[in-house]
Amino acid sequence: MADDWDLYEVFIRSKRGSSHKHVGSVHAVDSRLALESARDLYTRRSEGESLWVVAAKDILASDPLEGDALFGPAADKIYRHPTFYEIPDEVGKM
Amino acid sequence: MYTTDLRTAEEKAEEARKGVPRSALDTDALEAEFQARIDADAYIEPKDYMPDGYRKTLVRQMSQHAHSEIVGMLPEGCWVGRAPTLKRKMILIAKVQDEAGHGLYLYSAAETLGTSREELVRQLLAGEAKYSTIFNYPTTNWSDVCTIGWLVDGAAITNQIPLCRCSYGPYARAMVKVCKEESFHQRQGYEALLQMMKGTEAQKRMVQDSFDRWFWPSLMMFGPPDSNSAHSSQNMKWKIKRFSNDELRQRFVDATIPQAEFLGVKVPDVIVKNAETDHYDFGELDWDEFMAVVKGGGICASNRIDARKKALEDGTWVRDAASAYAEKQQVATVAAAE
Ligand SMILES: [Fe+2]
Ligand SMILES: [Fe+2]
Repeated sequence: MADDWDLYEVFIRSKRGSSHKHVGSVHAVDSRLALESARDLYTRRSEGESLWVVAAKDILASDPLEGDALFGPAADKIYRHPTFYEIPDEVGKM
Repeated sequence: MYTTDLRTAEEKAEEARKGVPRSALDTDALEAEFQARIDADAYIEPKDYMPDGYRKTLVRQMSQHAHSEIVGMLPEGCWVGRAPTLKRKMILIAKVQDEAGHGLYLYSAAETLGTSREELVRQLLAGEAKYSTIFNYPTTNWSDVCTIGWLVDGAAITNQIPLCRCSYGPYARAMVKVCKEESFHQRQGYEALLQMMKGTEAQKRMVQDSFDRWFWPSLMMFGPPDSNSAHSSQNMKWKIKRFSNDELRQRFVDATIPQAEFLGVKVPDVIVKNAETDHYDFGELDWDEFMAVVKGGGICASNRIDARKKALEDGTWVRDAASAYAEKQQVATVAAAE
């Protein structure tokens, strides 16, 4: 068997107003055919009205082992959340 | 890369040699974190640390599952041209196309573990990978096609629903999509059988005959009995498996027998409702036959792989043409830019 074609990650927007969501991947000789395959494979039942395909090799992902370094610092900044602030009941909904 | 670790073995070795600059390379700690995540019902994602055994088990199970979907197209696909009506033909085409889709969702998910599609397909064609033995039985008439939908897809659904909560994220997500589509497969098969049972005596006999031939093999789709199932307990701990083979088999029997009775087929005498347990007892299965079929003894075993090889060969010119066209387009784009 010949070498695999490039891998493309597939994203679908299920309806206008939503964002595109990752659903899986296809192998294709180029991005145009990746789009055709993605349409056949992932939208046989009206799952979406817009498709993106992105060559997997062009995506840079964060490393899970660096998760703490990247996302940890947000954990102790509780003052960034509305619940940090106490507002007297008399003020009403804010 | 986003989902898939497609580094070559050399690239991985090179990175390992350089020494990845992070303190977290302590395997014990990583392993504890991995198991804690699973115990907390959280998911493992492609680039996370995972023990080799977990990765290997998943690649094996997911690729076997993908191969089963792909080979599973064959016993039904050969009936597309002989479906009794245009409606049934359209339904069958849709179902077979879904099975191709299931195979591809699963290959796509399996690839996130770092084994290429090319390699997975090679294993199937070389006879190194297994697929569900049920597809090594022949479909001798139209009612077999309907019975497959009802029993084989029905058993598959019973197996697959718990996999929607399996610990490996890409597998679980693929299974959610598969399960949504399987329900149509089972219902169309059962409905087609109901239709045949309203027909002539000969048609009713066909339904009974295919029920008799497919019922026991469909129970074997759940795998060997718990008493001698090799991988069960570790897979339970890893939450790759959530229920034992026997539990799932019982669940399927309990759901299927009332459907068979409603359909009007005679179920084997050994199957009786156990008043104490409220489940159907069904005696012992013929595991010698199962093992013979696993080892490639099914009537159609070599046909199936030959058909896959032929499909790959016959498609060569299409792939070549696509590659040539893509190259031409690229040259044209570059030329236009200059
Ligand atoms: Fe399927
Ligand atoms: Fe199916």
